[in-house]
Amino acid sequence: MGVLVGILLVVAVVTLCVGERTYSPAQVLQVLLGERVPGATFNVETIRLPRMLTGLLVGLGFGMGGVVFQTMLRNPLASPDIIGVSAGSSAAAVVAITMFGLSGTALSLVAVVCGIAVAAAIYGLSWRGGVHGARLVLIGIAVGAMLDSVIAYAMTRAGVYDANEALRWLTGSLNSAFWPGVGPLAVAMAVLLPVLLALSRRLSALQLGDDTASALGVRPDRTRLALIVVAVAVVSVATATTGPVAFVAFLSGPIAHRLVRGTGSLLVPAALVGALLVLVGDLVGQHLLVARFPVGVVTGVLGAPYLLWLLARTNRSGGSL
Amino acid sequence: MTLRTTATPADLAPRRPASARPRRATGLAVCVLAVVVAVVCSLAFGSRVVGWSDVVAGVLHPDDTIAQAAVASRVPRTLLGLLVGAALGLAGSVMQGLTRNPLADPALLGVSSGASLFVVLGMAWVGLATLTQYVWAAFLGAALASLLVYAIGSMGREGATPLKLALAGAATSAALLSAVSMVLLTRTDVLDTFRFWQVGSIGRASYAEIGQIVPFLVVGTVLAVGCARGMDAIALGDEVATGLGQRVGLVRGVGALATVLLCGASVAIAGPIGFVGLVVPHLARAFTGPSHRWLLPYAAALGSALLLAADVVGRVVARPQEVEVGIVTAVLGAPVFIAIIRRQKVREL
Amino acid sequence: MSTHTLAVEAATIGYDERVVVHDMTLEVPAGRITTIVGANACGKSTLLRAMARLLKVRTGRVLLDGRPIDTIPPREVATVLGLLPQTPVSPEGIAVADLVGRGRYPHQGWFRRWTAQDDAAVEEALRATDILDLADRSVDELSGGQRQRVWIAMALAQQTDVLLLDEPTTFLDVAHQVEVLDLLTDLNRARGTTIVMVLHDLNLAARYTDHLVALREGRLVAQGAPSDVVTPALVEEVFGMTARVIADPVSGTPLVVPVGRHHTPTNPQVTPQELTG
Repeated sequence: MGVLVGILLVVAVVTLCVGERTYSPAQVLQVLLGERVPGATFNVETIRLPRMLTGLLVGLGFGMGGVVFQTMLRNPLASPDIIGVSAGSSAAAVVAITMFGLSGTALSLVAVVCGIAVAAAIYGLSWRGGVHGARLVLIGIAVGAMLDSVIAYAMTRAGVYDANEALRWLTGSLNSAFWPGVGPLAVAMAVLLPVLLALSRRLSALQLGDDTASALGVRPDRTRLALIVVAVAVVSVATATTGPVAFVAFLSGPIAHRLVRGTGSLLVPAALVGALLVLVGDLVGQHLLVARFPVGVVTGVLGAPYLLWLLARTNRSGGSL
Repeated sequence: MTLRTTATPADLAPRRPASARPRRATGLAVCVLAVVVAVVCSLAFGSRVVGWSDVVAGVLHPDDTIAQAAVASRVPRTLLGLLVGAALGLAGSVMQGLTRNPLADPALLGVSSGASLFVVLGMAWVGLATLTQYVWAAFLGAALASLLVYAIGSMGREGATPLKLALAGAATSAALLSAVSMVLLTRTDVLDTFRFWQVGSIGRASYAEIGQIVPFLVVGTVLAVGCARGMDAIALGDEVATGLGQRVGLVRGVGALATVLLCGASVAIAGPIGFVGLVVPHLARAFTGPSHRWLLPYAAALGSALLLAADVVGRVVARPQEVEVGIVTAVLGAPVFIAIIRRQKVREL
Repeated sequence: MSTHTLAVEAATIGYDERVVVHDMTLEVPAGRITTIVGANACGKSTLLRAMARLLKVRTGRVLLDGRPIDTIPPREVATVLGLLPQTPVSPEGIAVADLVGRGRYPHQGWFRRWTAQDDAAVEEALRATDILDLADRSVDELSGGQRQRVWIAMALAQQTDVLLLDEPTTFLDVAHQVEVLDLLTDLNRARGTTIVMVLHDLNLAARYTDHLVALREGRLVAQGAPSDVVTPALVEEVFGMTARVIADPVSGTPLVVPVGRHHTPTNPQVTPQELTG
């Protein structure tokens, strides 16, 4: 895990250094310490730093939120982007962009509120004297598919420019990451992520099944509700900021599981992996390809084959993910 | 417990397989009736309001009036709705049967996304522009994507287990759709065409195009029916199925081919239509129980009826505009699906 | 009486890189009950799965009636050799009679559908397992013991002369365990069905078995009649446990009594020769 933190720091610094003009780490450090370096100050402080921080925070959120769902529902498929939890934010945002022309803070607010509302609806619909994991997943997928068609409908009724904008947002992009957005995002994550960490011990009890969890003094339904509320809030805030960066919530858990062999909680490693995925994805998308692509395209195109390879390897060795 | 060899009269009372058959047959007749009603509605109702006499005249010898021409244009659409609905219902049933996975759906197993990617690539780089050309691109994409999903999902010692297939499908879909976004973000012109194709609709095809997909649908249907017995055995677990003398790998292979043909042809001509393949088998099983020999005809009939009904709803709700059938099936299908889930005991995924 | 023979010849069996069963040669006595015993992970289920052609052998052969089993058409095998795995799947909402009826598949073809003969076979299977009154019930509603009887009924409806069962008594309470084993014994006595099974409980195995096969770490340690095979030395070798072997007061077969760390044995050792079984 120490290695992960190290790599993350290196990548974060590289993100600040590399761009249309590349600065040395020393220059970047000077800027960070508040010295004025001609050119570098503007580029690093105004453009790259908020972008890096946004990517970092969003990645932490997707990673941790995703692995909470996967662990709680005991199924690697059950990440929020697959079971419709992210779809609420996405659909609201696309409708807001294409039909009401919203952007910026208003867009984020709508996305957060609708994300939480949809998640609450999924949870409510899954409730039948308790929430069963399989039922939650199924209903989530159903709601997600319905919202996907709403997105597709909104796309056909929009102008080409708006449709393009909506698509960019749907893919997940750090292009609108500037200082005003970083503050609220940082506050939200600083509040929500520690809560998830505090709940992680109960999560590991829940992993043993509801009955065992009860025997260990953990109330399954209450714990699940708390975990869902907080994890959904995390994912919604992250989604509202950048759009649902493809695959990060889905991939972070399995990758972290591979990297950190052992039985400890995966929450922190997965969060770090998530942040790493977003930052590296953005670096690649901005600088290594022929055209500039939003981070979600990169995480999707590079991340999915990795998952396929992971699946193929796991399948051959006969283990489980 | 001993081996008893004498029968009492009570033992000889008719058992369920015998007694359930007439009820299943009646149910199937009801389903067919529903299809007929859906066909009539599909001809009679549309974004243009027409009288019943125009409906009859329009079907028999069209083009006399605008109203009759409107009705005539609904004929290929209705025909396509019948075909695509049945194909999706069958394909969903086969997928769910082969994978023992209640979530299996063309979209989940990568078929639709494969088709989407190839259509987008075709539009962007090969310059495809007509529906006839999309059909082949979509078909190729659907076939390749399902082969990939199946190859990855069936690696390892237990073969294609439900979880592995579903995971492989979801991952493949996500990968392909990312590639789709990558193309679309650089090519606004393609986005402008593709966003309409991406919403499933049965209103765009002509007879010639429908004719193109019919052979695929016929072969796919035959293969699906051929797998019915094998799927009944596979439902008991791969080991029991082997014990009953089924070649599990062969049944899976033939079934996969059937779904590729059925879904590929549907996606190719109508674009991705979600939920029919997922919902219809669940609805059908409520009547038929777990026997695939009954499930398949039920699923075909219910699929056709559902798709046509959804299309009619889409034409009527937003007059004088239309809402595409792919959107209606999702919006109507999701609540039905949720209701089924809430009523049923759901086994662990 | 079954005339079909099942044998394993110099077979090595495993998964991927891991070899689980080494150089196994074994002949299943026709018309008798054979039980494979051993500690956890000794390869007993693996051996049974290979005999049931669920696993391919690496080297060596599995022979059914003298022919390599993987060269015989699957359906032909299925008319001779039935199989009940450890964890079969019951489709949601399936009725007992439907599930038992699926045992008739090997006897049906593409054009030969359900016949009166199939009806009779299902009914006989239901009667033999005493679940005729459950025929219309949904399998989901049944208790564990009833459910196991349904699965055995399915295997019976298949009407095979050889029946392989992987731990048929798992998850059952002791009364149901005895019931299932009694039922299999009935089947063996009445029809001469050859039965091969894996069992955990050495005492039940000793009581219900004609031919006991003991494995340790994938190798054959001993085989033969329980009264010849089950000795303190064997228990020590197979399970790594010190035990006394006495005569079962009911059946006269060997009864293994573990010593453990907290008790000192007082009675004299009973040798197999003194057993009356």
